[in-house]
Amino acid sequence: MSLVIAVVTVAVIAALFGLLLGFASVKFHVEGDPVVDKIDALLPQTQCGQCTYPGCRPYAEAIAAGEANINQCPPGGEATMLALAELLGMEPMPLDDEHADMPEKTVVFIDENTCIGCTLCIQACPVDAILGAAKQMHTIIEDECTGCDLCIPPCPVDCIHIKPVKVEPDTWRWPLPEQRDTAPRA
Amino acid sequence: MSNTSHHLWHFHGGLKLPGHKAMSTGSPVARATLPAQLVVPVQQHIGEPGKLLVEVGERVLKGQMLSQADEYVSAAIHAPTSGTISAIEERPIPHPSGLSALCVVIETDGEDQWIELAPLQHPRAKSPTELRQLIRQAGIVGLGGATFPTAVKVNPGPRAKIDTLVINGAECEPYISCDDMLMREQADQLISGCQLIQYMVSARHCQIAIEDNKPEAIAAVEAQIKAEGLSTIEVVAIPTLYPTGGEKQLIKVLTNREVPSDGLPSDIGILVQNVATAVAVHRAIYLGEPLISRIVTVTGEGVAQPQNLQVLIGTPMAELIAQCGGYHKDAARLIMGGPMMGFSLRTDELPVTKGCNCLLVENSAEQLPTTMPCIRCSACAEACPAQLLPQQMYWHASSKNFDLVQDYHLFDCIECGCCSYVCPSQIPLVQYFRFAKTEIWNQERDRQKSDHARIRHDFRQQRLEREKKEREEKLRKKKEMLEKKKQQEAEQGDSAPADPKKAAIEAAMKRVQQKKAAQQTDSNDEQ
Repeated sequence: MSLVIAVVTVAVIAALFGLLLGFASVKFHVEGDPVVDKIDALLPQTQCGQCTYPGCRPYAEAIAAGEANINQCPPGGEATMLALAELLGMEPMPLDDEHADMPEKTVVFIDENTCIGCTLCIQACPVDAILGAAKQMHTIIEDECTGCDLCIPPCPVDCIHIKPVKVEPDTWRWPLPEQRDTAPRA
Repeated sequence: MSNTSHHLWHFHGGLKLPGHKAMSTGSPVARATLPAQLVVPVQQHIGEPGKLLVEVGERVLKGQMLSQADEYVSAAIHAPTSGTISAIEERPIPHPSGLSALCVVIETDGEDQWIELAPLQHPRAKSPTELRQLIRQAGIVGLGGATFPTAVKVNPGPRAKIDTLVINGAECEPYISCDDMLMREQADQLISGCQLIQYMVSARHCQIAIEDNKPEAIAAVEAQIKAEGLSTIEVVAIPTLYPTGGEKQLIKVLTNREVPSDGLPSDIGILVQNVATAVAVHRAIYLGEPLISRIVTVTGEGVAQPQNLQVLIGTPMAELIAQCGGYHKDAARLIMGGPMMGFSLRTDELPVTKGCNCLLVENSAEQLPTTMPCIRCSACAEACPAQLLPQQMYWHASSKNFDLVQDYHLFDCIECGCCSYVCPSQIPLVQYFRFAKTEIWNQERDRQKSDHARIRHDFRQQRLEREKKEREEKLRKKKEMLEKKKQQEAEQGDSAPADPKKAAIEAAMKRVQQKKAAQQTDSNDEQ
């Protein structure tokens, strides 16, 4: 008899918890994938596609689905890879050769004497950083440019050039002191 | 008023350093000769750069505003003398990076002709807000070296109640003596400035803290207070210990209270201002003069006649050195600021700015010390006036672990250099902390930029989607319209033509026929 009571009790408890879980999964359902949002927040948002995905969010989705590695983002470099490794509890991995660290931040500018106003670059820019209209000269809004260089291939007259972001006294960084650990070892 | 009865406290750590101050206090403050050219950087303060008001070729008068503070945390700059603007361009500025920034270049005309000034006789008749506005117009910034806009600092907000105004005359860093000379020679202006700031923040007490290695300055300020018979202002002689002049350290010494880690002195009812800032406030209000000059200590073993000079902002440093007898033959290194917190300059062809309190010429070249590994002796932690753990911070900063270094309160570091000074392994600890700070700021900027780019990208995607939908919708509507028309035409083909014109004509014909018929019946009746 006691065996039956025990089995029934456990069964009832299991049913209750099952109901509770079922209710919670409906009540607290989360739209979208929060992991994708977290990964996306760590990516540099250049939307450059160098990771082989068409933008930062698709790459974040691919990482979340386990389809992509965390070392495919050249603009983010090592810092982004390390941040992703920490977020996902993965071992850090060296950057791919083809996704090597980009040494310096850049933006593009349009040689306004050569521009023919074809609007092809405007269609290519993922962040609407190019201003212009058909048969009007185009120009880059430098503050909005992410340096993805996606506007360069479509340009029929090769008038878009890369330049490094200028360092101002405000944005200048102290260098890491050279470590001269030349302690004589006995 | 007596400073003997005042009970004082100690802050953690600190160093007793050789002062080297008598070197430059032998002669009174001399006026620097007017140079042929002044180079005035547009940004000499913490915050946003101002908006330029002048153009190349324009003649400006002494005290005329060159750029105006548009943002809240910003400061105006003014022409230090009369002359013609020959260029507005990037010139090297005194900054550890050695980079250039936008400067207004003025060819001086030697007339030193003032713009019309508006001095105030009775400032107490004005509201604190109006006085703050005048200080803002005068481009006053903290002259202790931090160059934070004073108009912002003397506006602690409605919630913070300032009880005590602390005037910082500690000047704890070796070699520097500009505040010492200012207190000796301009005590009247200092006291007047203190009263003005006291009025602006409605502080009941004012304490002027002076290190006890400046007896002449203490005597001069005390004599002035006595002469004016003031009861709310007192001089407090504090023990000479580096870095007592740090804002939080000074508050600890005077009140035994500590400013919260990420807080401001106003959180505990205190406002700290430098002595030179108080004098600048006096001159701005009572004389209407903007901040166009400051006292600079030119000193060190590498300069022939060390002394203090009253210098117009924008004066080339080379001219000041020349006025002080030029360089010693062994002079090797020019530093802006003191030996502890200053930074090396690569050239002396740089302008004096509002934050330049001292030019120090050292004879020994900056020798790169042979750094040895950290032995965990904790001498740095004992010396740290902010009670940090420099050895831990060094460890995390050198391995670029910026989250951890922030957990050790990196941003409470005041970069006083005590840790580097005491380190037996001669590790340049402060350099590591400066490196970590600028890296963290850079990461923050990158993060903001990427957030901004994400918003723009998402918005673009949405817009493309919307445009696509709109196009489809338009196409669909057009199609529907065409179909409707076709259908209607088909329907009309079946039934009788319901042309309105035809119908009207028919109706008119009917009416005419009816009339005719009526006329016929009438004539029949008559007959």
